[in-house]
Amino acid sequence: MTMVQFLFYVMSFMALASALFVAATKNLVRSIFMFFITLLVLAGLYVLAMADFVAITQVVIYVGGILVLILFAFMLSGKENLNYIATQQNKFISIGKLPALLLAGLFLVVLINVAINMHADSLPWIKKSVEYKSYIQPDAAMTENIGVNLMTRYLLPFEAISILLMIALVGAAHLSRKEDKQ
Amino acid sequence: MISLTDFMVVSAVLFCIGLYMIVSKHNAIQILIGIELMLNAAILNLVAFGRYDRLANGGQMFALFAIVLAAATTAVALAIILNVCKRYKTIDPGKIDNLKD
Repeated sequence: MTMVQFLFYVMSFMALASALFVAATKNLVRSIFMFFITLLVLAGLYVLAMADFVAITQVVIYVGGILVLILFAFMLSGKENLNYIATQQNKFISIGKLPALLLAGLFLVVLINVAINMHADSLPWIKKSVEYKSYIQPDAAMTENIGVNLMTRYLLPFEAISILLMIALVGAAHLSRKEDKQ
Repeated sequence: MISLTDFMVVSAVLFCIGLYMIVSKHNAIQILIGIELMLNAAILNLVAFGRYDRLANGGQMFALFAIVLAAATTAVALAIILNVCKRYKTIDPGKIDNLKD
């Protein structure tokens, strides 16, 4: 087992364990902070898949932006919720959660079956890519290539997403404004 | 080199944890975290397959787009959750059952 594989297994174990903790814990604040760890370890997994730029973006946007936003919203949403959460009984396995557990378990069986029976490593285009050595090597610097592609091949999605971001900005500002006095 | 099947198994498990959170939780913020977990599982697959696409970079590019979309979604969803909390005094989606007043 090489070092990279060892790191992969350690990181994926950490990601899955912290995600399970997020799903299972009673304490909401603790679950949000555990979600930090899930996202950071996922950024590590992206690095192992040779996507360093995506990993940096994950750290900046997810960990720095989204999670802080979630924490803010949680703190702003008042004391009643905190009390309500404290009083509700929240065991990981109970009768009320059986359908959810069943659904997730069946989905897991189906997805893992697909992942194993698909033989992703012997798909034609992946075989061709390995044969011509045109996969990303560990010492490649892909950020420049990403920038060039963003401005040429993927220009239309880029522009579309910029419009969508502006719409989301206006919508969020509109939703969170003060109500008019009527 | 790490095989693609490993990446797919990890992302399948993450996806199912997110699905479980969405179906079982009684708190809108935890449901949002579940959605984020599912999105991250999808992004992990995009990135893992994108390694074999060096020239066009399709996987990494759409992973970036998905991250940005997730940010926009979260901002709007949190604004909605704050509004709902102000009006109903709860963020349990099961208890929000009337439209206006």
